Amino acid sequence: MSEWTGRPAERSAEDDYLDGNALAGPLSEVFAIDITAALGTCGTCGDRRAVAEAHLYVNAPAKILRCPSCGGVLLRLDERGGRVILDLSGFTQLTIEVR
Amino acid sequence: MSGAWNVADVVGLRDETPTARTIRLRLPVPVRVLAGQHVDLRLTAPDGYQAVRSYSVSAGIPPDGLEITVEELPDGEVSPYLVRDLGVGDQVEVRGPVGGWFVWRPEDDSPVQLIGGGSGVVPLMAMVRAHQMASHSSPLRLLYSVRSPEAAVFRHELESLAQASGTFGLQWVYTRTAPDGQPVGRLDAETLGASVLDSGADPAIFVCGATGFVEAVAGWLVDLGHAPDRIKTERYGGLGGAS
Repeated sequence: MSEWTGRPAERSAEDDYLDGNALAGPLSEVFAIDITAALGTCGTCGDRRAVAEAHLYVNAPAKILRCPSCGGVLLRLDERGGRVILDLSGFTQLTIEVR
Repeated sequence: MSGAWNVADVVGLRDETPTARTIRLRLPVPVRVLAGQHVDLRLTAPDGYQAVRSYSVSAGIPPDGLEITVEELPDGEVSPYLVRDLGVGDQVEVRGPVGGWFVWRPEDDSPVQLIGGGSGVVPLMAMVRAHQMASHSSPLRLLYSVRSPEAAVFRHELESLAQASGTFGLQWVYTRTAPDGQPVGRLDAETLGASVLDSGADPAIFVCGATGFVEAVAGWLVDLGHAPDRIKTERYGGLGGAS
């Protein structure tokens, strides 16, 4: 029952990335439907796969989602001071299943 | 339910292995869990410092509860606290459950093949439980690779279910130590091919484990003739919970 005090995260690998799946929480603050299940087409190489399967880098001020095939930036999510700036310009298309 | 942070009460704790613990949370709102989803947890220190981590849900407890199962990473910032120090009556902030990709839905009547490595079994356990709860008639298989019997999360529940259920099949792969008479060794393409549902049955496949495990297994599955779009993967640690 001791209190959590935390300490600055020390990540071992600079190039450590998460699954795009981890964007589901932050994006749920913005969208009513889950965008991580959408199929996204990479504007750089044309590869098409679920947002959840792309590579998410969180060690920058903004979260950066990159294409697993070519490394191109697909999405930037900048959350600061109660404001969200979402740059989706790396996708040419998002296919969203509406249930 | 999505979007907002809720303050959840810790209402139960259960040690699963020497390093993994299940935490039962009760939320102030109704919760609907899809098997495979995760929640974001936010902890705040007395000085205001915050950390957010994501953890897979291992069970939905309707109407307003859920369980997460956390593996302790010795150098982690959050997981040692959750596994060692958190107590019943404590509170944490929760966002979710969220995620619509790595999920099994009861209305999908395909056969299901689950493949887990280590604590990558956590979201797969939610699928096993949901499948049993729905009394599905389609076959469900879990191939579970662990270091040793003692390191296997949910071991007893899985073995009881496999004995009692006509639809659920369980196969172990032991990588370091095994019970008497069972082989020891890493999962390879041959064992995988002999264990998983045939590609002709077109199963929905979910793979969760360490990065190398997930990538190797996904590659072998494609070699076995499974369609890439039937294979969903989640990397253990890929949600940022591994610290």
